[in-house]
Amino acid sequence: MSVTVVIPQVLRADCDGQARVDLPLAAEGRVPLHSVLDELVLRHPRLAQRLRDERGRLRRYVNVFVDADECRSVAGLDTLVADGAEVRVLPSVAGG
Amino acid sequence: MAFLLFIGTRKGLFTARSSDRRTWEVSGPHRLDDFADMGGVYAIGVDPHTRRVLVGAESQHFGPSVWFSDDLGANWHEPERAPIAFPADIDTAFTRVWQFAFGDEPGTVYAGVEPTALFCSTDGGESFELVRSLWDHPHRSGWFPGAGGAAIHTVLPGRVRADGTDSQTMTVAMSTGGVYQTHDDKKSWTPANRGIGAGFLPDETPEYGQCVHKVAVAADGVFYAQNHHGVYRSADPASGWTSIADGLPSDFGFAMVAHPHTPGTVLNFPVISEARHLPPDYRLQAQRTDDGGATWRPLTQGLPADPYYSIVLRDGACTDGADVPGFYFGTRAGDVYATTDGSAGWHQVAAHLPDVLCVRAVEV
Repeated sequence: MSVTVVIPQVLRADCDGQARVDLPLAAEGRVPLHSVLDELVLRHPRLAQRLRDERGRLRRYVNVFVDADECRSVAGLDTLVADGAEVRVLPSVAGG
Repeated sequence: MAFLLFIGTRKGLFTARSSDRRTWEVSGPHRLDDFADMGGVYAIGVDPHTRRVLVGAESQHFGPSVWFSDDLGANWHEPERAPIAFPADIDTAFTRVWQFAFGDEPGTVYAGVEPTALFCSTDGGESFELVRSLWDHPHRSGWFPGAGGAAIHTVLPGRVRADGTDSQTMTVAMSTGGVYQTHDDKKSWTPANRGIGAGFLPDETPEYGQCVHKVAVAADGVFYAQNHHGVYRSADPASGWTSIADGLPSDFGFAMVAHPHTPGTVLNFPVISEARHLPPDYRLQAQRTDDGGATWRPLTQGLPADPYYSIVLRDGACTDGADVPGFYFGTRAGDVYATTDGSAGWHQVAAHLPDVLCVRAVEV
C-alpha cells in the first residue's frame, strides 16, 4: 500500500524541501497512523521531534488529518489509514 | 576587542555587539530554523573551550530542541536527532532547557531541564544523556513545580577551593527542591539547604523542598542564592546558608550575578513579592554588595526614573567575565542594560524587545 503525507511549508526544510512525501508501506489494507509517521521519520529523522515527543505523543499543537478527519476526532495515532489516503500535517491555531 | 551579548526572548534570539559596552548594535530575531526564529529562547550557553554557542529554544507547535553555532551566531545547526530526550523507560518528555553549563573537560556540557533533570553531553552539546543518579533520587516525589515549571535552572560544575578546583563536586538548584550537591562526580547527590527558608511548606526549614531561584558562585568559591523569599550566602552549602537579605529592599527576586574576579561583590535584582512580581517602589534597579551581603547599595543611574512595572528573570542577568567585567540584564518589558565595573551607571543596549528570558555575554 502507499500513503501520501502532506508537509506544511514550515517543516519542508526537514524533509528535503518536499511538500508531499509518498510512502510505500509494507502492509496490506489499513495501517495505524503511528506506523505511517514511523515510516516518515525513518526517512526524515528531524521530523520526529517536530511531530511527537519522545514518548510518541503527538505534540499538542500539531494536527494530523487523515483525509478529512483530524486524527484526535477518530482514534488519535491509532486512526487507521487506508491505501491511497492522504495524511496532512498542519500546525493548529495556536501560538503568539 | 568587542563584546557580544546574546539575548534570549520569548520570541526569538537577538544579539547586540559593542566595542565600548556603551553603544550597541542590536540585530534579530535570528533565524535558527524555518520555524524556530520566533520561538522562546530559554537558555544560552557559550562554551569557554570552543566558543560554541548553544541555544535551547522551543516552538509552541513543534516542541523544544537545541541549536548550536560555531561562528558566534552567524550560522546555526540542529542535531539531526533530538539532542535531549528522556530514555524509553521513563514516562516523561523533555519540555525545555533552562540552563547550559560547561565542564572542565572540553566537550562536556550540562543541561538543566524541565521536567527537573540534569543531562550531560560529552560531544559539545550535540547529544545528551540523562544523569540517572539525580533522576532516581529518592527525594524526587517531594520536588514540585513552581510557577515557572519544575526545572533544574542552575548548574555549577566544579568547586573553587584554595588549592584549586574540585571537579568531583557539582551544585545544582531546582524549583522546587532547592540546592543539591554531588561530591563524587555525579554518583550521588545530597541536599544542601540548611538555613534556607520555605515559608510555603508546613516545615519552614526542611531538608529539601525550598524554591531556590538562582545560585551564583563568586571568585573565591562562595555561593550566593536568591530564594523564593530569602537571599543567602554560603562558603560551603553542605554546612548551611546565612541570610544576607537585611540590606535589600525586598528578599524576593530571581537573578543573582557574582563578580567574576572580586570576592564579596554580587548583583541582585529585587522584586516586591511572589504575588506581585514588580520592582520595589516601581523603580527598575540592581542592588550591589561589595562585602558579601553585609550591606547593599542601589545601582540605578542610567535606568528609567519613571515608574517601571517589569522585572528581571532568573537568567536575565549575567557578566561577560572580562578583566574589567561588564554586567548585563534584560527585563520582561524587553529593555536591556549594560554597565562595566567601576563605571557610573547603566547604558541601554536595547528597548522594546519581546520579554527577555536570558542573556549571555562574551568578549570576542
